[in-house]
Amino acid sequence: MGHHISLLLVVVPLIAAPVVAVLPRGRLPWAVAFIVAALCAVLAGMQLWAVLHEGSISYELGGWAPPWGIEYRIDAVNAFVALIVAAIAAITLPYALLSSEQEIPEEKIPLFYSALLLCLTGLLGITQTGDIFNVFVFLEISSLASYALISLGRQRQAFTAAYQYLIMGTIGATFYLIGVGLIYSQTGSLNMQDLATILPGVLHLKTVETGFAFIMVGIALKLALFPLHLWLPNAYTYAPSVVTVFLAATATKVAVYVMLRILFSVFPQGFALTTPVEELFIVAGIAGIIIASVYAIYQENIKRLLAYSSVAQVGYMALGIGFASATGVTAALVHLFNHALMKGALFMAVGAIIYRIGACRMDQVHGLGRAMPWTFGAIVIGGLSLVGVPGTAGFISKWYLVVAALEQEAWISVAVILCGSLLAVVYVGKLIEALYFKPVSDTGKVVSEAPILLLVPTWGLVLANVYFGLDTDLTVGVAEKAAAILGGMQP
Amino acid sequence: MDFFIGHYNYWIVIILMMVGLYTVISRGNLIKKIIGLNIFQVSVFFLYISLGTVEGGAAPIITEGVKVYSNPLPHVLILTAIVVGVATTALALALVVRIKESYDTIEEDEIHNLDHSL
Repeated sequence: MGHHISLLLVVVPLIAAPVVAVLPRGRLPWAVAFIVAALCAVLAGMQLWAVLHEGSISYELGGWAPPWGIEYRIDAVNAFVALIVAAIAAITLPYALLSSEQEIPEEKIPLFYSALLLCLTGLLGITQTGDIFNVFVFLEISSLASYALISLGRQRQAFTAAYQYLIMGTIGATFYLIGVGLIYSQTGSLNMQDLATILPGVLHLKTVETGFAFIMVGIALKLALFPLHLWLPNAYTYAPSVVTVFLAATATKVAVYVMLRILFSVFPQGFALTTPVEELFIVAGIAGIIIASVYAIYQENIKRLLAYSSVAQVGYMALGIGFASATGVTAALVHLFNHALMKGALFMAVGAIIYRIGACRMDQVHGLGRAMPWTFGAIVIGGLSLVGVPGTAGFISKWYLVVAALEQEAWISVAVILCGSLLAVVYVGKLIEALYFKPVSDTGKVVSEAPILLLVPTWGLVLANVYFGLDTDLTVGVAEKAAAILGGMQP
Repeated sequence: MDFFIGHYNYWIVIILMMVGLYTVISRGNLIKKIIGLNIFQVSVFFLYISLGTVEGGAAPIITEGVKVYSNPLPHVLILTAIVVGVATTALALALVVRIKESYDTIEEDEIHNLDHSL
């Protein structure tokens, strides 16, 4: 089956999704979804291994040769992102069992897992495909599934959050579609590789520039780049805990990947420099880091606090992209991976708190750190990683970002990265203060530690945070290779 | 003048696009927003379909004696995009039904007054 791995990664969850939807209630749908996610993670691992050792894979769908047929083209960049998505799904699903049983009505559980698998299909599809229109289709598959997933939240705000995300997400996707159409009208091709050879000849055309702008804005909406982030805080806050974990760790990351691919791989290297897009990324990144971090400090809802922090972290990735250097792109990719780990761990820990007390407002969690030491430990280490303390994954990505900024003598960016870390100290500190140092509120309820099934995946991600903070061979090694592939830049 | 008449399909697309986008942004009624979103999407469908036209070209079905065909690819792409659009509209309407059930209104400002969420 060797060379079919790339297709199986998309087809397996796609076929499993309707199967899961019709399974009887109980734990069977979960079991099937978990097996599928684990299988995807194994396949994605094999794919990355194959790409690193044997070079890029080209898979022709239905035997139609590119550029006429759809081609799945896998190199180190998308194999890396696909592994992140699949691995996060495989880690999230064990966590989903108890958390979703408590937060989602029983009759909707099979549908919930079905939508989760569809979302996984879409996200993996985006990473696999080498066709820009196919990206749109998968983008919509994952988005539609995530709107449905978000609306499963317990509070009624979940509906409005999902609606808001649907409107913004559809506008973003349609912008992307307009861009693809304009570029197709001048090149007659949709295949990324084919476009990379045709585009240099037509770059002077206004239509191509306009198409490029539409695509950039469309994807910026999807990745919640400041100031297009308005859908994100509500969506993350009111979605069920599992959904927040999964989306926070994967959805925006995949959008960052699409951005990198279009910017550096589809369009020729120098093109971005002739447009103001690099400056815009840096300005949006800087504004996002500062403003979203400040917003995070004033949040009373823990999930909302972390959601604003996510917007700030997207800002760091935008900075990395904006530097447009090999180090910058490496930093963006490393941060993409590390942020998936830290936000995954933090949202899981918050989910464990919600599992025990059914809420996550700052004033309701006073002193819970003592009752739930393991959950609290996860929040502390995840928080330190978010701040970027040496020895955690967060430090590595901040380090590369600062190096990339210093290379270009972008002093303001350096200051902003460091300032962002200080702001992170404030909001993480606020969280830890509420959980540990505030006196226990006297409600008479005795809160015990979260169940082991929630703690194991949480700590799996927490330990990964520490591990990838010490051993950077995999992350930085692969990211450097990936950055080299994106536009042939030397690491 | 040729600039306006020669590109009439693009002018229609642009007008529809702006009407749609403006409706999404300016209307407070959730259903009207969805209608705006639909107009916006349909304008993009028109853009693609008109791009596929080849002057003097026949419908892309192989027939004897016809040399020039219109480009079928944009049409096929738009079939996919229409399906996506229908799914999006269905999901959006379903969400509005649930919003109506839990808030008893579909006006954005009233929902915002109820719990500051939109």
